[in-house]
Amino acid sequence: MNTYKLKNMKTIKLLALLFISTLAISCSNDDDGHGDDHDSEEELITTVVYTLTNNADNTDVVTLTFTDLDGEGGADGTYDISGPLTANATYTGGIKLWNATENPAEDITEEVEGEADEHEFFYSNTAGLTITKTDVDGNGNPVGIETTIATGSAATGSITVILKHEPTKPNNGTSSDAGGSTDVEVTFSIEVQ
Amino acid sequence: MKHYLLVVALCFFNLAHTQNCTYTLLGEIKDFHDGTPMSGATIYNETSNTYTSADINGKFTIENLCNGKLVLVISHVGCETKRLEVGINGDTYKEVNMEHHLEELKEITVTADTKDEKTSIQQTVSKKQIETFTDKSLGDVLNTVSGVSSLNTGNTIVKPMIHGLHSSRLLIVNNNVRLFDQEWGDEHAPNIDINSSGRIDVIKGANSLMYGSDAIGGLILIRPENYAVKDSLFGSTSVSLNTNGWGGNINSELIKTYKNGFYTKFQGSYKTFGDFKSPKFNLSNTGLKSINTSVRVGFKSFEKGFDAYYSFVDNTLGILRASHIGNTNDLVRAINSGEPQYVANFSHSIDNPKQSIFHHLGKIEAYKRFKEFGKLTLQYDFQINRRKEFDLRRGERANTPVVDLRLFTTSFQPNLKIDAYENLKLNTGFLLRYQQNDAISGTGTSPLIPDYDKYDFGIYAIGTYNLNLFSEISTGFRYDFSRIEASKRYRVTDWDETYNYDELFPEFNSGIIESSEYLTNPEFSFHNISASLGYLRHMRNDFEFTFNYGLASRMPNPSELFSEGLHHSAARIEIGQLTMEKEVANKFIVSLERSNQNFGFTISPYYKYISNFIQLIPIGTTTTVRGAFPVWEYNQTNAQIFGVDVDVNKTITNNLYYIGSLSLLRGDNLSDDIPLINMPATNFSNSLTYTNEKLNQLSIGLTQKTVLQQNRFPDYNFFTFDATLQQDVFVNISSTPATYTLFNFNSSAKFKVFKTKTLSVAFNVENLFNVSYREHLNRLRYFADELGRNFNIKLKINY
Repeated sequence: MNTYKLKNMKTIKLLALLFISTLAISCSNDDDGHGDDHDSEEELITTVVYTLTNNADNTDVVTLTFTDLDGEGGADGTYDISGPLTANATYTGGIKLWNATENPAEDITEEVEGEADEHEFFYSNTAGLTITKTDVDGNGNPVGIETTIATGSAATGSITVILKHEPTKPNNGTSSDAGGSTDVEVTFSIEVQ
Repeated sequence: MKHYLLVVALCFFNLAHTQNCTYTLLGEIKDFHDGTPMSGATIYNETSNTYTSADINGKFTIENLCNGKLVLVISHVGCETKRLEVGINGDTYKEVNMEHHLEELKEITVTADTKDEKTSIQQTVSKKQIETFTDKSLGDVLNTVSGVSSLNTGNTIVKPMIHGLHSSRLLIVNNNVRLFDQEWGDEHAPNIDINSSGRIDVIKGANSLMYGSDAIGGLILIRPENYAVKDSLFGSTSVSLNTNGWGGNINSELIKTYKNGFYTKFQGSYKTFGDFKSPKFNLSNTGLKSINTSVRVGFKSFEKGFDAYYSFVDNTLGILRASHIGNTNDLVRAINSGEPQYVANFSHSIDNPKQSIFHHLGKIEAYKRFKEFGKLTLQYDFQINRRKEFDLRRGERANTPVVDLRLFTTSFQPNLKIDAYENLKLNTGFLLRYQQNDAISGTGTSPLIPDYDKYDFGIYAIGTYNLNLFSEISTGFRYDFSRIEASKRYRVTDWDETYNYDELFPEFNSGIIESSEYLTNPEFSFHNISASLGYLRHMRNDFEFTFNYGLASRMPNPSELFSEGLHHSAARIEIGQLTMEKEVANKFIVSLERSNQNFGFTISPYYKYISNFIQLIPIGTTTTVRGAFPVWEYNQTNAQIFGVDVDVNKTITNNLYYIGSLSLLRGDNLSDDIPLINMPATNFSNSLTYTNEKLNQLSIGLTQKTVLQQNRFPDYNFFTFDATLQQDVFVNISSTPATYTLFNFNSSAKFKVFKTKTLSVAFNVENLFNVSYREHLNRLRYFADELGRNFNIKLKINY
């Protein structure tokens, strides 16, 4: 009886040793990477271009551009609006995101398109526009890379474009309902005349 | 019986040797340390079974000896008994050195009250208390000490804070090695497995010069256990299981000691938790996994010895998914909604965002004592810390970290303790340290902390003098030289315009421009001087009075100098400044203590004045492609922090024991005449424990802890324009959460198993009433409540 207990204790001690050494072995891989430490900001979006083309007149093209070449921090971004929109017209909108720090500039829109189910653009405006998303992801939910814009009567106001990463899909169409984290939020001042 | 046998053996011996036995042994017994004669020592002549004693000069004689060997056993009050063989060859003289520093050799003489320096103001967490936190972190354990709180990121990243000061202002010393694990980041918790430690000391006072000059907040000493010098094999295994997070911890240790002084210890632990739960919501992606192991090998004797230690920590910590936000408007939404924006079903898997950290620590220490002089110790150590932080990323970058830094630190530190004088002890040494940070490439982000090399040299001397039987005074000085050489890219606009570095530091600019960034080589040298003064007086009725003054200087850490980047969990851009100067603190702390089991207490008021205090505060917003983004910048101000820590213990009846503590603290930004940011609020705790030794050492306790709302905070709230709502919205980032009170229940008992082994069983409930609360020192307080109720069972078997 006594020897049995003694054996028992020895077994426990052996098991304890085995447990500890397993831990020691399993955690001895630490891969080190040397070399050039200068990484560029791969995911940086430096440029947002929203191009609106009048369906009735393909020479009526309005481009709304946001540029912040040095990314977050540094100098503030700048806005460039090519001209006014025509009243009571219908435009086809297409949005492009670029990383212009890469050479040639990297098209981030492709990445968003590739993960369309994890992304959604939201458009809001104060210029009496009706903006409709015309594309869908694999699940039939809107993405918003492609849009249709119907203008009303003459007005001034703004368009806000928001890109959400990992939003709730489907949602009620507003960015606040969608949650997720904001990858893009830019506001263009526009004029409809 | 043994003696009887000896006598018999001796009889035979004497019969066999009938030679000329007329020689005399003259012996002299001296104290090893200062050579003073040890009068009254008892000398037992084992060979002839006779006793004699040393005279007032420590001398003794044994006459009528034959040539050959003589076995003597020498004992003296307070000394370790010494057995030695003396070769007799005619009339012989022998000097014997005795040792009275028994405590360094004995087992468990390291009790909770033992201090390195008697004049230090410190509190100790014992092995027993540590064991009740086996599946928690260092910060959680220390949170139980008055005056210590923590800066948290969620519930698994817990940074200890002493008197409101954290990160680089605390020295964490593990096994006599100062921990370097990128401690500068607010969301970087110390990588230590508390299960490998024997005891933790929190030194609030000034006695830390041996470890560094920059302990502006204090010192945390994590110490190993001491083992008895005997042949033994023992160990323990403990298991802890929890309902909140559905996980726990298993820890095993095995120790082998030998009579000749060698010892070896293996320890390992594995910890895993899934998503934790607040009273109302699942805290998605808050699980953790941790693998730890440590090995210790050494030899211990009075005159010489060595100790080699290696530990490895591998932590993977999930970060609350709901805290991943993109811009100020996302932050406002999180603050206003009051509930996490992302809640999924319980899961054990840890997804992005997460941190994955390795920490290797190795050291070897050797010592030798010299007669009538002291003890020389040499220590070499190295540490490798590899930190990877993963975020929610676009494209196929999910498995590519956004932050990947490797910090290598190595140091050599000799130390000399001179204890040859009766009332004066000297402790002196120097330090050589090299540190290298490597921002590993391939992250697809520009590194938060650049590559750098850092060189440190330090030299110190500490003296302790016994004024009389009741009082002691200690004083110390230290000088440190540090040099940091970094290599970092700055945007041309930032360098030339935003920070004006083109005029301030033209010498750092290499002139090389790549993709509109300058390649720069900032280099800084710092000279730090620090000093300490301590006074201790014992008084009647177990009262003790201690006073400490400390002057501490700290050079800005790499984060304060160089950091530049976006923190998703805090939705902020953090910016360091090359213009940072060193921080200098004058610390005063007093302690009145009554150590008494029946009724004891400690009252410890303190005052710190810190010039050039470095703080990280919001300074405005910047317009980015993500919209408005708060910018937090490191700046310097003059600050004062003062307060008082109170601890009380009282035996109510034989079985009922009370412990209470209270911490009051106030921090002021004197330059701007506003409160300091992130200061702990007033808190107090009471605990009542019933114990019954006869009933399996049964212990049942209830603890209450209350943290009041922090009403003194700097108001950095601001408004931001929400384009979707077409209005300004209030960004309430400074206001603090309400007062909360938590109750914890704990119980434990011990049972005999396998005849001689002990099984300890504990059952605990944390947050007994499932209170929903938020803590203002949790960086994720905007996003979710703290943890809800948890049931915990612990089993531990000693073998």
